[in-house]
Amino acid sequence: MTQTLQLKINGSDLRLDLDDPRATLLDVLRERLGLTGTKKGCDRGQCGACTVLIDGRRVNACLALALSHDGAQITTIEGLARGEDLHPVQAAFIADDGFQCGFCTPGQIMSAVALIAEAEAGLDPERIREGMSGNLCRCAAYAGITEAVLDATRALALEEERAA
Amino acid sequence: MKPPPFDYQLADSVSQALDLYARSEGDALWLAGGHSIVPSLALRLQAPSLLIDISRLPELMGITLTEEGLRIGALATHAQILSDPLVRTHAPLLSEAAAHVAHPAIRNRATFGGNLVLADPASEFPAVVRCLDAVFDIVGPEGARQVGVEDFFLDLFTTALEPGEILRSVLIPPAPASLRCGFDELARRHGDFAMVGAAVWLVVAEGVTTEARICFHSVGPTPMRATLVEEALRGRPLAADEINAAQAVLGNDLDPADDVTLPGATRLHLARVLLGRILHRLAGQTAMETAA
Repeated sequence: MTQTLQLKINGSDLRLDLDDPRATLLDVLRERLGLTGTKKGCDRGQCGACTVLIDGRRVNACLALALSHDGAQITTIEGLARGEDLHPVQAAFIADDGFQCGFCTPGQIMSAVALIAEAEAGLDPERIREGMSGNLCRCAAYAGITEAVLDATRALALEEERAA
Repeated sequence: MKPPPFDYQLADSVSQALDLYARSEGDALWLAGGHSIVPSLALRLQAPSLLIDISRLPELMGITLTEEGLRIGALATHAQILSDPLVRTHAPLLSEAAAHVAHPAIRNRATFGGNLVLADPASEFPAVVRCLDAVFDIVGPEGARQVGVEDFFLDLFTTALEPGEILRSVLIPPAPASLRCGFDELARRHGDFAMVGAAVWLVVAEGVTTEARICFHSVGPTPMRATLVEEALRGRPLAADEINAAQAVLGNDLDPADDVTLPGATRLHLARVLLGRILHRLAGQTAMETAA
């Protein structure tokens, strides 16, 4: 039975017909929409490589059955940059060497964007590490990741200050 | 896609959900946050012909304070349990434990009710609600029924919930005056399943423990009450000698089995360390303010 799914992905409204309800949001993003920035790592909610924002909150897309999220607003790594300008979190990951192989990086960045928006960790490295603990990095770039989140937190605060 | 084939239907109301289940002739599973079911389907541990999505049922939502206590809708997410001001005031043990449940992205979607009905013995919330003497509000084809926590967790991944029944909400009775409570756990990495965890709920009047509920997780097939420890504390001052005595009897309450990750004796030792740590912390704490 074909079922219809409406999603707003990175600002665009989409209407999709799904003929198989088994698709996760991760499958839809990668296989149907070609948004392959979001990675499939463990496919069971243990690694965080598939982290996206659903209605502004970070979620593991591999655990999200697509049909259960009808009507949701999704932001993926492809939706962060503003034109040619990288999002401050993306820029900070480059500046601070927050990765080596890069496979976990889109998930790390989406998780970091949400962590900073949650405003729970501030500039405390220990709380940042805890807040990022659902995102594994097998290259162990954790030191650079923590630095990147710290720098991005400062950059976003500065941006907000200037806008005010 | 790895799961066996299934159909999907979104339920608009509890009665429609029950109806869909009846028509599936028992070959359906409820879908809420999906954080246990989606991976278990991908691993082909289960093969229902239908998933009934109950994640949008208003009857299962909300956290409200009533005369009987704090009512927590089964669809409350772990993130809501962690941040909700009513939970923080009226069931602080739950807020404290929620910080240890999984990682932030999981907490945003996984549900409190889903966690409880899965009854994973390594999970935090079952131990905490046993400490809080929670009551489960269940609805099924025969109507609604209430089940006390002492009759809810039956065995490994097994609860009193019958096939076709839905957990609607959980009631946490009002906190008594002079309550002191604490939760802690030991895990190899923050957010991972714990090697052992403990929830402690004490009423301490003028330095003397008058009531005690202590419940461990990851040490047996269900959340495990330490009734002999509770007995050892009751009627005595909450002080160093009494805490030592309580730690000493824990071995009569718990008998964790050896498994691939830890010998049972190590797990018991860790449980004893954790118990001492929480009790000493509570001994140094003045009675918390309760709004009850």
